[in-house]
Amino acid sequence: MPISASSTQLPRETPRPSSVGVAFAPTDGVASKSATNHDTADILARAQAGDHQAFAHLYSIHKRRIYSLCLRMVGNVAEAEDLTQEAFLQFHRKITSFRGDSALSTWLHRLAINVVLMHLRKGKLQLDSLDEMMEPTADQRPGRSFGAPDIALSGAIDRLTLQRAIDDLPPGYRLVFVLHDIEGFEHNEIASLLDCSTGNSKSQLHKARLKLREFLRNQPRQEGRK
Amino acid sequence: MNNSPNNMSCAEFQAQLPDLFGCGEMIGDHPHLRRCNLCRALLADLNAIAEAARDLFPVEEPPHADALWEHIESAIAHEGVV
Repeated sequence: MPISASSTQLPRETPRPSSVGVAFAPTDGVASKSATNHDTADILARAQAGDHQAFAHLYSIHKRRIYSLCLRMVGNVAEAEDLTQEAFLQFHRKITSFRGDSALSTWLHRLAINVVLMHLRKGKLQLDSLDEMMEPTADQRPGRSFGAPDIALSGAIDRLTLQRAIDDLPPGYRLVFVLHDIEGFEHNEIASLLDCSTGNSKSQLHKARLKLREFLRNQPRQEGRK
Repeated sequence: MNNSPNNMSCAEFQAQLPDLFGCGEMIGDHPHLRRCNLCRALLADLNAIAEAARDLFPVEEPPHADALWEHIESAIAHEGVV
């Protein structure tokens, strides 16, 4: 079905993501689940049948979480928008293959994660595979944590510094940290998204936090910090 | 290696941290922390980082959401399949 010359009107409302064919859903709260699920399932079915307006509606529902995931992974608005665009193009190309084995939002997150990882792989030619990304080199891993507790981070972390610290993480650590601590996914959900074990997810998250701690403790102290 | 929580070394305690965090237990009550300032400080820092991540990065609207949609729409039209 061709798209009309005029741009499709986006729905004004941007509902929170809802789960369709719920296996699990991102833990950001889904109110009125049954009614919303029914509506979203209908929108999905119409989009799968080629209804462009319905696809526009799905974009409206999911754009914020997908964009936010991309933004946290690359730390740059323009790149995040490009990746969001590519994720939704992939979504459009593959939408008829979605069978509801997992939540639609989870499936879309998986697509977006693959788009982000492909992008990071292009930027770092020495990284050949997802496995390599998930297992950083020895010098990228956090050091042992037996230093004196001379700096307390509690209450002293600002957004810009933390974003810089996240940008400095190896991609595998960054991905698990973003998915768990920022996006609110549980370890079993991350394991499914990344096709790894829950133990691996827990380990990557812990190493990510240790690396962030190293970075933050090495920052010059700002006036007014504890 | 001593596996008793009461006699754990810092290395042993820290090796268990990923699982302790992941299982939702009250790690702060762990016997090792009652006598170890270093690990207590480590735990406080890791909790502060997780808390900051949760609080400082809300889900964001793409700044040019409508223009972004127009690009997506245009690319879909270019591919010729809807």
